[in-house]
Amino acid sequence: MSEFLEMGSHGFYVWTSYAIFFAVLAWQVCQPVARHRRLRAQLIEEQALRKGNYEDEAR
Amino acid sequence: MWQKIKVAFHKLGSPAYFYGFSGRLLPWLWIAFGGLAAWGLYQALFVVPPDYQQGDSYRILFIHVPSAWQAMMTYVTMSVLAVITLVWRIRIAEIMAMVSAPIGAAFTLICLTTGALWGKPTWGTYWAWDARLTSMLVLLFIYLGIMGLYAAFEDRRKGARVASVLILVGLVNIPIIHFSVEWWTTLHQGATIRLFGESTMDPSMIEPLIYMTIATKVLYAALLLMRSRTELADQDRRRAWVRQRVAGSTARG
Repeated sequence: MSEFLEMGSHGFYVWTSYAIFFAVLAWQVCQPVARHRRLRAQLIEEQALRKGNYEDEAR
Repeated sequence: MWQKIKVAFHKLGSPAYFYGFSGRLLPWLWIAFGGLAAWGLYQALFVVPPDYQQGDSYRILFIHVPSAWQAMMTYVTMSVLAVITLVWRIRIAEIMAMVSAPIGAAFTLICLTTGALWGKPTWGTYWAWDARLTSMLVLLFIYLGIMGLYAAFEDRRKGARVASVLILVGLVNIPIIHFSVEWWTTLHQGATIRLFGESTMDPSMIEPLIYMTIATKVLYAALLLMRSRTELADQDRRRAWVRQRVAGSTARG
């Protein structure tokens, strides 16, 4: 196992690369998800204000 | 048959239909990406033997090369969408062109950083002002420029049209990146995989590369749809379909 992690002394370069790959892609996924959630929350809030029944349960 | 295709295409132009359709398609794209990437990475990290010259560091190439291809492919796709934006002004195309920029920038960033991490043990340096490396850095700046220009306009449809012009101007960089290894033979090696003609890479190493390449294409499609439907809903936030579908209690985003 440790031999696998070492990658013939290139472990640092290989694993940092794969970490960057997944970190950037995770960020790419999280960004639109967060934006969509924020939009949804804003719309629900606006709707509640319009109807005049502002309650947390609407969330 | 032709009529059916035409009707389906026009339906996709409707924001509400596009929102629903992409929402149903997304889980399948994620499943496909997960499967392809898992198999590709398993092969890349466990199955293929070390390279006789580069040792294990060449395993970085299984994410570096697909990302580089996808960074360029995203630009070409974005350019086609930019032409549609400028000629026919189809709003979905506008939005898809604009949200492609951050995705392309992400792939370019992965390409540059993994390339540097591969370069250190192989070339002995993280960075050099080599033609391929420099033109790829320029691509990143073009992506950032497009994002900045689009964001600078209050009227997003106008911003999309102006940014589309910049996209088409920046397209000149794509052949430069592609041929840079032939025009200037400074540091980055030439292509070892060819669509036409014989590849000079060992066949056992090609398989994971193909899986990872298809995986990044599927990933681009998934990220594109995710961002497009959010942008679409945001632009149409005062419209009835958004109130029903996005904020409604029945339909979940």
